[in-house]
Amino acid sequence: MTVPVRKFDAVIVGAGGAGLRAALQLSEAGLKTAVISKVFPTRSHTVAAQGGISASLGNVQEDKWEWHMYDTVKGSDWLGDQDAIEFMCRQAPEVVVELEHFGMPFDRLENGKIYQRPFGGHMANNGKTPVERACAAADRTGHAMLHTLYQRNVRAQTQFFVEWLALDLIRDAEGDVVGVTALEMETGEMVVFHAKAVLFATGGSGRIYAASTNAFINTGDGLGMSVRAGIPLEDMEFWQFHPTGVAGAGVLITEGVRGEGGILLNGNGERFMERYAPNAKDLASRDVVSRAMALEILEGRGCGKDKDHVLLKLDHIGPEKIMSKLPGIREIAIKFAGVDPIKDPIPVVPTCHYQMGGIPTNYKGEVVAPKDGNPEVRVNGFYAAGECACASVHGANRLGTNSLLDLVVFGKAAGNSMIDFIRNERPALKPLPANAAEFSQARLARLENQTGGEEVADVRADMQKCVQLRAGVFRNSENLARGVAEIKAIAERAKRTQIKDKSRVFNTARIEALELDNLIEVAVATLVCAEARKESRGAHAHDDFPDRHDEEWMKHTLYDGQSRQLAYKPVHTKPLSIDYIAPQKRVY
Amino acid sequence: MKMHFKIYRFNPDVDQKPYMQDYHVELEPADKKLLDALVRLKAVDDTLTFRRSCREGVCGSDAMNINGKNGLACITDVAGLKQPVEIRPLPGLPVIRDLIVDMTQFFKQYHSIKPYLINEGPKPDRERLQSPEDRKELDGLYECILCACCSTSCPSFWWNPDKFVGPAGLLAAYRFIADTRDEATTERLDNLEDPYRLFRCHTIMNCVDVCPKELNPTKAIGKIKDLMVKRIV
Ligand SMILES: Cc1cc2nc3c(=O)[nH]c(=O)nc-3n(C[C@H](O)[C@H](O)[C@H](O)COP(=O)(O)OP(=O)(O)OC[C@H]3O[C@@H](n4cnc5c(N)ncnc54)[C@H](O)[C@@H]3O)c2cc1C
Ligand code: SF4
Ligand code: SF4
Ligand code: FES
Repeated sequence: MTVPVRKFDAVIVGAGGAGLRAALQLSEAGLKTAVISKVFPTRSHTVAAQGGISASLGNVQEDKWEWHMYDTVKGSDWLGDQDAIEFMCRQAPEVVVELEHFGMPFDRLENGKIYQRPFGGHMANNGKTPVERACAAADRTGHAMLHTLYQRNVRAQTQFFVEWLALDLIRDAEGDVVGVTALEMETGEMVVFHAKAVLFATGGSGRIYAASTNAFINTGDGLGMSVRAGIPLEDMEFWQFHPTGVAGAGVLITEGVRGEGGILLNGNGERFMERYAPNAKDLASRDVVSRAMALEILEGRGCGKDKDHVLLKLDHIGPEKIMSKLPGIREIAIKFAGVDPIKDPIPVVPTCHYQMGGIPTNYKGEVVAPKDGNPEVRVNGFYAAGECACASVHGANRLGTNSLLDLVVFGKAAGNSMIDFIRNERPALKPLPANAAEFSQARLARLENQTGGEEVADVRADMQKCVQLRAGVFRNSENLARGVAEIKAIAERAKRTQIKDKSRVFNTARIEALELDNLIEVAVATLVCAEARKESRGAHAHDDFPDRHDEEWMKHTLYDGQSRQLAYKPVHTKPLSIDYIAPQKRVY
Repeated sequence: MKMHFKIYRFNPDVDQKPYMQDYHVELEPADKKLLDALVRLKAVDDTLTFRRSCREGVCGSDAMNINGKNGLACITDVAGLKQPVEIRPLPGLPVIRDLIVDMTQFFKQYHSIKPYLINEGPKPDRERLQSPEDRKELDGLYECILCACCSTSCPSFWWNPDKFVGPAGLLAAYRFIADTRDEATTERLDNLEDPYRLFRCHTIMNCVDVCPKELNPTKAIGKIKDLMVKRIV
């Protein structure tokens, strides 16, 4: 069967914040660019981001990019690459101002400047006192940003392929990336997108957990495609648990609530964060707050009849502030927790939220992989940005509002790198290998012809339960070892999933089966990487190894999905222009 | 809790014409929203087709007609629904399959109002200033999630989807007119000065009634009409 081929200068998979920011760069440079997205762009999960985007604008109090950098390095528990972190924090004011120029409806201060609020781990003077660094549009910052970026792309006449599912990355005999295969949902047709450069901006994979703040579509497709194409994944043991997911529903309540003065209470009505983080209190880093909450619950000081959550109280900040700065949160609390936060506290639990690891890149958005003893050789023609990428600016724990920043900084940087590459290194398309679509065709054929297999929903549910149970807020050797064995067995079952619906048009059963392939790759990576890391760092809290161990473990994990073997590479300790920020004990 | 649903089914691959299918399903205590129920139904019958993503009312994917009224499945309490719960695709747009409609016409209208800030002046080094009062003018406008609940409940849009911009597009048009940073008000009003594009709105208010984000397209449309009148005088 011949598969149609469409030719572009650049193909971007993903139309969230990262993909759209990159697309803008390429479209405005006049390159022929296709953006492929499995949902209409404004339905990407960036739309759900609430609290803000960080930049040291200093609109409320003095702030400096150096302090932002210090906080990010400390937040990362010294696993972040300091060159990439410097690049991001220095660029922040410029890219945020650019968003304003694009039309983003930021809230404003009395003096007309962009509104900024405090957030977890944002401090002045290298960790001394909280500072307002999160630039916000009420509690709908992601919505405001994503719609603005989409609108700007409408102006730039970017070409979108909406409701197309990318299936696999195409590499030639030299390992260079030359395109992707994708399925048009409405027709069920497969097409090869032949390109000079390919960017993955496919977002997170939080759906490997049973309880997650992530959308249904966050299935780690970019990671699955990378693994299948022999690209390693970096630091997959590091998953952020957000302290405040609505208990039972998973829906997120932004840290901005605590930024505006909200506090956490245990079953005794105690503001317990004062014990764990005397300085930053409720605004300590997320891993610290999530662990404190989990401990309170484990030790019997939870709330409710099952003592299985804590309470987020904000009535004391007053209805006016709630209505003006946190209207979306009020809506969520009423709809998903059944409480009006103007009167009553919201029941919350730590909930899987963000994937710190991903496809390894440098700070230019170029994907890098080990080759001939060098851990970071560029994969020609391949780029990644946003939550699917690991630059690594978040290290072992991301600071709130640094992801939206990551999207625009590295989306733009990747776009610029692609422009350079297309103009200077690959002005003509590199030929497709003869069998470019064969691999994807075989995957579809397997699904078509499978008999005696299991339901997608059942395998997915078992995977989610396993990851939730074995790779949660607190981990230990025994649990992780069991998790590795269990998830490998589930991965075998996933090879034989079966769908009843075999029709062509908008077959979402087929899409969910293909997404499960990706989720499984991410789930196996998570457990294998977590089992191997015998220390506690950032979000990886290991009961049997409670301390951070820099001599042995200050290094990035690289997971090879085909052999399921691990390798490690050094953390970049050299910033671009300033002095190295040496490891210290992390106290808030 | 056992519930009874009647769901619109149409798969162009196999069906000559659409039909309503009955489903009886035992819901778990965790199945609070209509979307939870649909996901449970899909686990049993994987041919049942609908869009969904965020499951918290911000992405606009799962708009559908629920017991005769447009809304988002993910924020609709399932327990409160009258049974059998009748679920149909959004009215007035071509059906691709089951609850999935072709939104091309809806987005075409959105795009037609130039939904982006127009300001070709020199860019300052820092942010443009805007007072909190001026910024407040955008509240109730910028929050639209493009779910199409409004436009597909609007009789004027049903009759003229190619000519009438519809409530969502007009709300977006006013979002830019109301933005003190935008410099294209005249051009935007010219773009709507037409017997159909704006003036097909007969203030029937269906749009306001269904908007899941509690926005008020009618009010925005009224403001555009006021501006039109003012510039004639
Ligand atoms: C509830 C919530 C609140 C948050 N709040 C904040 C905040 O306040 N501040 C902050 O900094 N961060 C926040 N985050 C994190 C941040 O929002 C995300 O990390 C970020 O938006 C991810 O953006 P992205 O562009 O990488 O991917 P996404 O926005 O997730 O987009 C992924 C895109 O890839 C496409 N895609 C995926 N797979 C395929 C495929 N196979 N084929 C075709 N297309 C595909 C999708 O269609 C989509 O367009 C929040 C996260 C959540 C879940
Ligand atoms: S008020 Fe206007 S736009 Fe709204 S439903 Fe009525 S006719 Fe349509
Ligand atoms: S105005 Fe309301 S109903 Fe209409 S598209 Fe926007 S959010 Fe949906
Ligand atoms: S699933 Fe996003 S609005 Fe309902």
